[in-house]
Amino acid sequence: MTDPQRTPPAPPIFAVRAAKRAAWAVGGEKILEALVYLCGFSAIVFVLGIFIFVFKEALPVLTRENFSLAEFLGSSDWYPTSESNKRYGVFAMIAGTVAVTVLAMVIAVPFGLGAAIYLSEFCGQKTRETLKIVIEFLAAVPSVVWGFIGLTVMSRLIVQFTGAQVGVNVLNGGLILALMSVPIIVSISEDALKAVPDSYREAAIALGVTRWQLVWRVLLPAAKQGLLAAVLLGVGRGVGETMAVLMATGHAVHIPHSVLDSVRTLTANIAAELGEAPAGSDHYRVLFLTGVLLFTLTFGVNLIADTIVRGIRRK
Amino acid sequence: MVTMAATANHIEVRDLRLSYGMKEVIHGISFDVRQHEILGVIGPAQSGKSSLLRCLNRTIDFTPDTHVSGTIEVDGEDVRKTGNVYALRRKIGMVAPLPVGLPLSIYDNVAFAPRCAGLNRKSDLDTIVEQCLRQAALWDEVKDRLDSLGTKLSGGQQQRLTIARALSHEPEILCLDEFSIAIDPVTTMRIEDVLKELRRHMTIVLVTNLTQQARRLADRTMFMWKGEIVELDTTDVIFSEKPKDQRTRDYVEGIFG
Repeated sequence: MTDPQRTPPAPPIFAVRAAKRAAWAVGGEKILEALVYLCGFSAIVFVLGIFIFVFKEALPVLTRENFSLAEFLGSSDWYPTSESNKRYGVFAMIAGTVAVTVLAMVIAVPFGLGAAIYLSEFCGQKTRETLKIVIEFLAAVPSVVWGFIGLTVMSRLIVQFTGAQVGVNVLNGGLILALMSVPIIVSISEDALKAVPDSYREAAIALGVTRWQLVWRVLLPAAKQGLLAAVLLGVGRGVGETMAVLMATGHAVHIPHSVLDSVRTLTANIAAELGEAPAGSDHYRVLFLTGVLLFTLTFGVNLIADTIVRGIRRK
Repeated sequence: MVTMAATANHIEVRDLRLSYGMKEVIHGISFDVRQHEILGVIGPAQSGKSSLLRCLNRTIDFTPDTHVSGTIEVDGEDVRKTGNVYALRRKIGMVAPLPVGLPLSIYDNVAFAPRCAGLNRKSDLDTIVEQCLRQAALWDEVKDRLDSLGTKLSGGQQQRLTIARALSHEPEILCLDEFSIAIDPVTTMRIEDVLKELRRHMTIVLVTNLTQQARRLADRTMFMWKGEIVELDTTDVIFSEKPKDQRTRDYVEGIFG
């Protein structure tokens, strides 16, 4: 009987033992190492640089006697251009930012996770490819276009269906922001789910579980870090987005009592007013202080996320 | 449909063919597995042993571009036409060659299948978990840390965890695909003893690269080579001086493969 596995092995030639690598290849690796090192640490330089710049512009206003930090954070009176009594309270805008972001996440997170689960576990290869292209296209729509849709299409629909007096409000901003966050949440969650080894799927399936049991009991727990990262990137987008919410929320300084109230967000306020505020004026510096506040907010969100992820990892 | 009383066959395979894409890897094989026997399946790599098991519990469905023809009947029911593939898979315990601890605690790994089947009473689960871990010869090593992650166990322990898990849904058929690949010889012998005991309650299909393991355990042994059955006979005959096919003799003697 013939057996291909039993052909006699070739004698060793020992070419590798005698081989030497070229000097440029050895030296090149050192240079590359230094370069990637530099790239890695440049992130710290940029973050610090931005923080220092924004903070430096904002700092002088903190020492002004007619300015108090408590009023800045706690008051809703925003009259930066008043002749007699300038007041800088951003509480209403904090409330506006939080309201729009929370509403957006309430819509976008279930929607995005649902879409990701469908894409990664339930749909066929062809459907997945098509849907992923469409979703990536959705992610590529510029935010000003979203704002435009909010201002014209969405606003009219909201007036028509809810009977609100103005269509640009928390609901409008939240919906637009949700639509903008969903593609990000979908693609990152789908990556997280796809990163769960197939061996887990096969092991669980062999135990006779249904697809949903597989999703609930194995895939979601195994992918929770990636899913959390997806949600937080969505939140980050919500807090940081400017142009679309500027156009869709009505830009009224007002603590919202319902989703049909117009609001102004911190970001929209900076974008709208920085151009008019004379450089170096209190108004200008307060806007930079708002920047510091935003910075702190997103930093806080990231820190919380990091703590949660670490907690999960330790378990 | 054949009733269980009329036949002693637990599994009947008829003219099973399997292709991955254009490449046929199982070329129309037919054989039976009898009730409460241990069927040893031996043969070199690429002979279609693992693929055969994956056809049996239909996990082959998850590999894209596969084509299966012929029939596999378990208790007289064609697995490819069954209305409840989940019940079929629960009926078949499967132990894969490379251990896959699910990213859950040791307890939850074993309680996973019972829970998914709808069993939720804590006392019942406790009993099952302990019994299965004992059967897999793992209980003594993990009984004090049932809450720690199953994936943190050593390779050999994880393999025994997968055996415990395969037993957890009380299968009627247990399929082991080279279970001893990551386990030391002493533990392997302990599990082999367990298999001898389990045989009274279930049918066992033992795919193994260790021909001596088949010799020790199997009632009948099937020698597969390149997607075909070379010979299927009682273990005594396969390992005797005179199996029907010379290739069988060569393989079990270690002359090729």
